[in-house]
Order: sequence, then structure tokens, then C-alpha cells
Amino acid sequence: MAVTQLVGAKIHRREDPRLITGHGHYIDDFTRQGAAYAAFVRSPFAHARIKSIDMTDASKAPGVAGVYTARDFKGQLAGTHPAAPAFVAEKKYIPERFPIAEKEVCYQGEIVAVVLADTKGQAADAANLIQVDYEELPAVMDTEKAMAKGSPLVHQGAADNISWDLTYTGPEVTEAAFQEADVVVKEHILQNRLAPVPMEPRGVLAEYETYDKKLTIWMSSQNPHFIRLFVSGAMGLKESQVRVISPDVGGGFGSKISPYPEDYLVPALSRLAERPVKWIETRTESLQNATHGRGQYYDVEVAAKKDGTLLGMRMTQFLDVGAYCGTFTAFQACTCLMAGGAYKWKGISARTIGILTNRVPTDPYRGAGRPEATHLVERMVDLVALELKMDPVEIRRKNFIQPTEFPFTQNFGLVIDSGDYDKALDRALELVGYKELRKKQADLRKQGRYLGIGISTWIELCGFGPSAATAPATGGIALVESAQVRVTPTGSVIVYTGTHSHGQGHETTFSQIVADQLGVPYESVELRHGDTSEGTAFGYGTYGSRSLAVGGVAISMAATKVIDKGKKLAAHMLEAAEEDVVFDHGSFHVKGSPDKAKAFGEVAFASYGMNLPEGMEQGLEAVAYFDPPNLVWPFGTHIAVVEVDAETGNAKLEKYIAVDDCGNIINPMIVDGQIHGGAVQGIAQALYEEVVYDEDTGQLKTGTMIDYLLPGIGEIPPLSLDHTVTPSPTNSLGVKGIGEAGTIAASAAVINAICDALSPLGIKHVDMPATPDKLWHMMKGASK
Amino acid sequence: MIPAAFEYARASSVEEAAKLLSKYGEDAKVLAGGHSLIPLMRLRLAQPTAIVDINGLKDLDNIKEDGHKLRIGALTRHVTIQNSSVIKEKLPLLAEVAGEVGDNQVRNMGTMGGVIAHADAAGDYPTLALMLDADIVTNQRTIPAREFFKDLFTTSLGPDEIITEVVFPVANGPHKYVKFRRRLFDWAIVGVAAQKINGDWRIGLTNVGPTPVRATAVEEAMHKGAKPEEAAQHASDGLDPAGDLRASPEYKKHLARVLTKRAINQAEGRQ
Repeated sequence: MAVTQLVGAKIHRREDPRLITGHGHYIDDFTRQGAAYAAFVRSPFAHARIKSIDMTDASKAPGVAGVYTARDFKGQLAGTHPAAPAFVAEKKYIPERFPIAEKEVCYQGEIVAVVLADTKGQAADAANLIQVDYEELPAVMDTEKAMAKGSPLVHQGAADNISWDLTYTGPEVTEAAFQEADVVVKEHILQNRLAPVPMEPRGVLAEYETYDKKLTIWMSSQNPHFIRLFVSGAMGLKESQVRVISPDVGGGFGSKISPYPEDYLVPALSRLAERPVKWIETRTESLQNATHGRGQYYDVEVAAKKDGTLLGMRMTQFLDVGAYCGTFTAFQACTCLMAGGAYKWKGISARTIGILTNRVPTDPYRGAGRPEATHLVERMVDLVALELKMDPVEIRRKNFIQPTEFPFTQNFGLVIDSGDYDKALDRALELVGYKELRKKQADLRKQGRYLGIGISTWIELCGFGPSAATAPATGGIALVESAQVRVTPTGSVIVYTGTHSHGQGHETTFSQIVADQLGVPYESVELRHGDTSEGTAFGYGTYGSRSLAVGGVAISMAATKVIDKGKKLAAHMLEAAEEDVVFDHGSFHVKGSPDKAKAFGEVAFASYGMNLPEGMEQGLEAVAYFDPPNLVWPFGTHIAVVEVDAETGNAKLEKYIAVDDCGNIINPMIVDGQIHGGAVQGIAQALYEEVVYDEDTGQLKTGTMIDYLLPGIGEIPPLSLDHTVTPSPTNSLGVKGIGEAGTIAASAAVINAICDALSPLGIKHVDMPATPDKLWHMMKGASK
Repeated sequence: MIPAAFEYARASSVEEAAKLLSKYGEDAKVLAGGHSLIPLMRLRLAQPTAIVDINGLKDLDNIKEDGHKLRIGALTRHVTIQNSSVIKEKLPLLAEVAGEVGDNQVRNMGTMGGVIAHADAAGDYPTLALMLDADIVTNQRTIPAREFFKDLFTTSLGPDEIITEVVFPVANGPHKYVKFRRRLFDWAIVGVAAQKINGDWRIGLTNVGPTPVRATAVEEAMHKGAKPEEAAQHASDGLDPAGDLRASPEYKKHLARVLTKRAINQAEGRQ
């Protein structure tokens, strides 16, 4: 890459003026002439048999255009919900799933009927008039009990409630480690179920053109090409007949990756009713039906020597799948593969069990498997340190993979590309003032106050992904990325990427890369994404911190192809040999003669003209696909300082330090924004958020924003951020993903701080969320 | 998230509002700030057949000093109470409480009368009204606060009765409201108000039962000269709070005791 000006610059996001002044284009900003509104009737029960549905009153209600049940969609939609097969190899049971229930409902919120009406209000009114006669069935809510023989079943007629049970590595792998151990610590660690709560809920507007047999879908999605693939397949259309447009997307956090029942039903309704159909999710529908995250618990034990050397880990993941297997639910099993964290181990035994329950399905949520892994290993390392009376910093240093050892092949054969874990840790300790804080902690303890310092030295695998690893996992389509760079005759540049921003600032970051590489003004670069009828044949979407590390690299490759063609043309124009032409800062010139030059714009204009070299076609544009040779491996250290109120049990976050390393940084402001948002989501998991269902009836208790505790600005102290830079050797930009890093790091830092604060009481482990009531009960129990 | 259909009428006087309420009958609701009513309607937990909008009744939006009393018009917004120099001087506890209601949007719209009439167990003003022996004045009569709050969301207001003002005594001695909540803009998990009047303490508790509670046992103990930490132990006497997602009954009772101690201490300038 040329000497850079924009890459590395802290420039404001170009999308923000429109987004923050209300001029963005979100799904509810779109409509079509004559559109009908859909309202879904959803099961109020977690598990029930549908005896009958009476739609008489609803069908006569004002403005109603149609009422539909499962039977109406049988000829419209085929197949079952896609569930990526090979993230977990030993699949045992994937329940069949049709987008609308016919005989049995298996979670509260499952769709049983739908009304179309001329207005939203009429649709909502009529939906209330549909009478569904249910026979309630026992709800399976407890993952432990669900595994027991004789448990009631999530789906009637199933053999059991186990979706998968896979042992990656058996106990034999850790036998030697545990024999050698001086200490073994055990813990049972909960990962609370979370709702993704994107600021913009989901929504679908579909228009099927009966005579042209063309379907256009506008929807709020992280992954429009996959939606086209799935919906066209289910509706019996060719991919070329379907266009999916995902405009500005107001957050997703993973919940807008996979297809949903409404994504099939709304287009099918448009075809059935022969008019455009629109549906916008309500906040309650979002909390109830958008795929949840986490929802797991772990049994884990760690063997160590008395000098703090970590030897072995044995862990089992118990994952609440929910009522159906989500498209990427099983991806969350990657916790097992990442359980070793930043440390060297003789062996890790890992098993994952996916358990069905009568809750909404879980699917990836910011971090997906990696926050769980970090939480697990960072908690366990602290427990070993506590047992050995070691400083949590020292035990980490002692076991870190060292900078000289990269690329490092870890226990599951994954190759960690690069790292310098001590460096980030050192910087974080410096920022927090670690030694002084420990002194302050000791002083406060004498006054009966509980201050705690929690460290999380996180690592992550992201940037999905190499075709060899991802194509088998999805059932054939590799999660590589495509890009197209088109140069217009006047030298402006349109870039198409197969990733899709739902808040990440791609329009800015990717334009920075292209402007630098082509030496054109930043303002003349336009980034386009989210429309399957534009750009390359297939795009892979945005999730797994992949957009820059895979998509950004593909863009850079396409730009390089443009430059290569430009060089050929410039050589022709300059009457020089191609190998003598150099491209630098937007100018093609003859080596050694900077005056003999053609500007990028001149070459672009010429490329559409008549005087081209023999055999060269007109135009200046290129397509590239990047198949990364490896995943990328960001890392860092987060430190939380928490004081727990001795009387109320309230845990107050006093200070939060994050030092992250995502390799080369394109736009530091965007990276800081990602860390802020990510860390706050992790802090929120540790202290506030939890999806709660009634354990007997399966009723969702956290169905509004009053009950589901999303922290606001008043709850979060200013975060202190810094970075180290260890470029990735995996790609030409030297970049790693950063979108999930904050969330991956944060929950462990906060909970470690709380456990550290309460260690004088003999409290070793606290599950999330660490609510005041929970901590007060634990403190009361401990001091007895 | 779309309310059921309802009639809407905007009243230009209290009399007209009362007439409209009689006309629409029991299922009509008064709309003031709307920050409790509208969310309930959007969730269809409330489906009033008619809304009588009283936002045009400007003469209910005022604060008057009347000897040793403060008359707060029912339509006075939280933000007005929070910033009122009269209230800050004559009943600073009320200004403090108003500043802790919800967030800016809520404080800009929500009203004194709305909070009192809605009678949410977690509402802050009812606690003050009860402990300070406020009077609730309606278009028909004056109701002492201790006779007003009947049960959860239930008051002694009749169907066509509209609160016009709430009358508080002047009290500018030591005071504090300690509102324990998870988020800055949340309802109280438990709130405790302490106000010294004529040498005696008044202690009120928020959200420890279906209606606000006056902690008379604490008041008596303080009167007899107990230390705040001793007296506060009585804050949970007779309480039987319901548990919810935020707090168990046992924890709420514990908070009542801890926060009572803190409220008295902080009112007196101690931590």
C-alpha cells in the first residue's frame, strides 16, 4: 500500500450526519403503494397443542384483507429452517420448523396466524379478534431437568430434548495434567440468557410482482444475500428473481444474521395477496422473538501446579438451544475451542451439549461463544490464583503464550496468528495504577469497604473465514468475501462490498482504504452495500468481526486489480514499458521521471475511450474475492474496578480500562466506538441484563424495556481506552476484527472485580447478572 | 404497540372535563402527561374507551404559596416543581424528589396530579403526600392523603372526579429522599423520604407495599431519642412487600431499614 494519509486517521463517520439528524433510511421509512400491513398472532403459551383457530370475527373486521394460518402457507413455502450442519459434527436432532405453527407451539411468541389489513391499527385490532383454542402442554424450561430421562418433551413425539452432544476431546487428553496437579479448582459457571435489543427492531416489506414473477424484499438484515438464498429456495424462486435490500440497519448484534419466520411469511403473503405487505416488529415482539444470546452453563475444572503453572482444563458446555435449532446456534459451541484463552495448556477436555427448551431459540449474539470462553477461562484462572494466593496478574504472565511462539498452534489445532499479551497487560496496569489500587483496596478493607479489581486478558478468533474451515460448516458456502471497485469515466469510484454495515461505519472505513490506495479524494469514493442486485454475485454479510479483515481486504484486492489495469493503460499512454510504470499517490509515472506522469483520473477517462493497448477492453473496474488463509486473533486486557456496597450489595463500576490490539487501525475513532459499545454490552451482561422466563409456565417476564434492564449512560463510567498494535500476518492490511472485542472482554473483568472485592468474605464465584439482591444474599450468607 | 381505538376530547375547563368524564362513563381516562397511561395503552394493558385531555387547563399548572401551605396545581410538570424557587425554599424535599423522577422527557411531561391519581406503588409523590399529610383537592372535595391511596393503582377518586391541586405543608428543615434503583431513570426499588418538621421526623417509604407507607415506628423511635441506625431497624415493621424481578421481599425490607438510616443521616448532613 502507498504511503497513507487517510488510513489511521481519526476522521468522523461520514454516515453520521444523516443518521443522527433523522435522515437515515431504516426499514420503516420504506413503503409501497397499496401495501397491506401484517399483524401476527402469537402463542401466549410456551408449549401447547393448537386445537382450533376461529378467524370469523377477524375476517369481518374493518380493513381486513385476509386472515391466514399454517395451511395457507403450505403451498407457498417449502423446507425447514436452515441450521448450519457442521459447526457441531455429531448432530443428533434438529426439530423440523415451518415458519408458522400448525398443530403445536413450542415457545411463547411462536406464530399461529396472521392478519393483513389496510392499516397497522386495523391489523392489530383484527389480530386480537382471532380466537385460538389451545391445550396447554408441560413447558420444558430447566436445561438440567430437560436432559433427564422421562422429562417432558419440548416437541411432542421427539425421542428426547438433546439437540447435540459432542465430545471434542475426551478426559484422556487431560489425564496426565490432572495427575501432575498440585491443585484442582472446580466451578459451575452460568451464562445468563440475553436479548439482543437492537435500537431498530426487525421489519420486512415485500412486493411480489405477479406478472413478472419478481420479488423485492426490503428488510433490516445483517446478511441480505443469505436471506435471498434461503427465501428464494423456500418460495420456489430462482435467486435471480429475488432482490433483497437491506437499507440503513440500526444494530443487530447477531440477531439479524439468520432468517426468521416473518422473513418467509411476509414475502409469501405478498404473493398470496397480490399486493405489497409490510410488517414492523414491536419492541415486545423483539424481546420475545429475536434470537437470544448466551443461555448456557458450564461445569469446569482446572489443574495447576503450586507455582501457578496451568496444566489442564476439563469443561462441559450446556447450551440452551431453545425450541428450535437456530441457523448458527451450534456455532456457540466454539466456546470449547477457545476455552484455553491466552494461555498454554497440556490438555483441554471439552464437550458440548445442546439442550432444547420451550424458549425462543438462541443464536449468535455479539461475540457468540467467545465471550463465554473468555468468561470461563478468566474466571478459572482467578480461582486458581485465589487458591494459590497468587496475584492474578502474575498467574497470567506465567502462562501466557509468548510473542516468540507465534504462530502458535493451540490445543484444538487452531493457529493463533500473532500476539503480545504482556504488552497490552502492562499498559492496562499502568493506566489503572495497579499497585496504588491494591494499596487503596487494603485500606478500604480495614474500613469494611469492598473494592475489587478484575482483570480480563482476552483473546478472540474472528474474521470468518477461510473456505476450508467455513464451507463445510455452512453446508457448502464458504464465508469468504467479495468486492467490486468501479471507476467512472471522470475518476470517481464506486465500491461494492458483500459485507453490510449495521452500525460499524463501513462507508467511512472502506472509503479510507480505497481513497488511499487509488490516491483519489476521499469524497469521490462511494461505498454501496445491502442490495443483492448491486455489485458482486454474492456477499457474505457482517458478523463475527469479519467485515474489515475479510471484506476490507477483498476491497483492497479489487483496488489493486484496478491499479494493475491502470498501469498497463498508463504505460501505453506514456509510451513506456509497463514494468517501468510506478503508481503512487494517485499518479502513474515512469520510474525515475516523475514528470512523465498520468493522473489516475486521466487514465480512468482514457479507459473509456478509443486509444487502448492491443487487446484491452474498455472500462476500469474489477471484482475480487478474498479467501483468508487463517482467522485473525485480536487480544487485549480489560480491567474493571468495582466497589460493592457492604450494606446494599450494589456493585458500582468505578473505573474501566480497555487496552485492545486489533492490528493495524484504519480509523481509531471507529475502533474506540466499537470498544465502547462492546464493553458496555459485556458490562451489562455482568450487572444488569437477563432474559427471565417463568420457570413453570414459560411466560417471558422481561417483555418490556422496564423489565429487561438495559443500562443507560448514567450507569457506565467513562471508559479509558488505549491500543497496542500487533499487525496480523494473515492479511495484506495487517488488520484484525474489533466489533466483538469489548463484549468478549468485559463480563469477565467485571465479575472478577466483584469476586476480588468479596474475597475477604470467602466468596469465590458470583454468577451473572450480579444484582444487588443476589450479592446481598451472598454476603449475608457468607458473613454468618 | 398500537392502542385500541378510543374517543378523544380536549377539555377547556375542569367543569367540561368532568362533564366529559360523566358522558364517557367509567372506562374514560384523564390524559395529563401521559407517561404512564400511554405505554399501558400501547401494550393494550389499558383500553380506555375515551381520553379526556386536560393539557389545555393552564390554570392547573401553577404553584401557589398560601400561608403555611403550598398549593401545587395538578397539571404542574415535574420539571417545574424541580426548578421552582418557591418549592426549593419552602419544601425542598419535593423539589429533590421531582428531580429524581424518570428522565428529562418524563419530567418535562409528567405531572403532580397524574402521579397522585395513577397511584403506582413505585410513585414518589404519593409517599411525600402521605407522610406530610398533604390534601388532595378535586373538583368535588378535599381528600386527606391518608384516605386517598386505597390499593395498587386504586384511589378514592370517583369516576368523574378530577384532581385540581395537591396541598403540601411548608417544611424546610433537614430532609432527604434516598431512591434505590438500578438505573438513573428507573422507578424506585425502594425509596425512603425523611423530613424533619417541628423537631420531629416524618419517614415515608416508596414501593414496599401496594400503597405508600409511613414508617410511624421509626418516627416514634426517633422522637424517643433513638439513634438513626437503631430507629431505622423499625422501618420494616409490618411490611409485607411483594417480590419482583428486581428485588425479593426480604431484600426490600432490608433496603427499607438501610435506606431509612441513610436518609436520616444524610438529611442531617452525615454520610
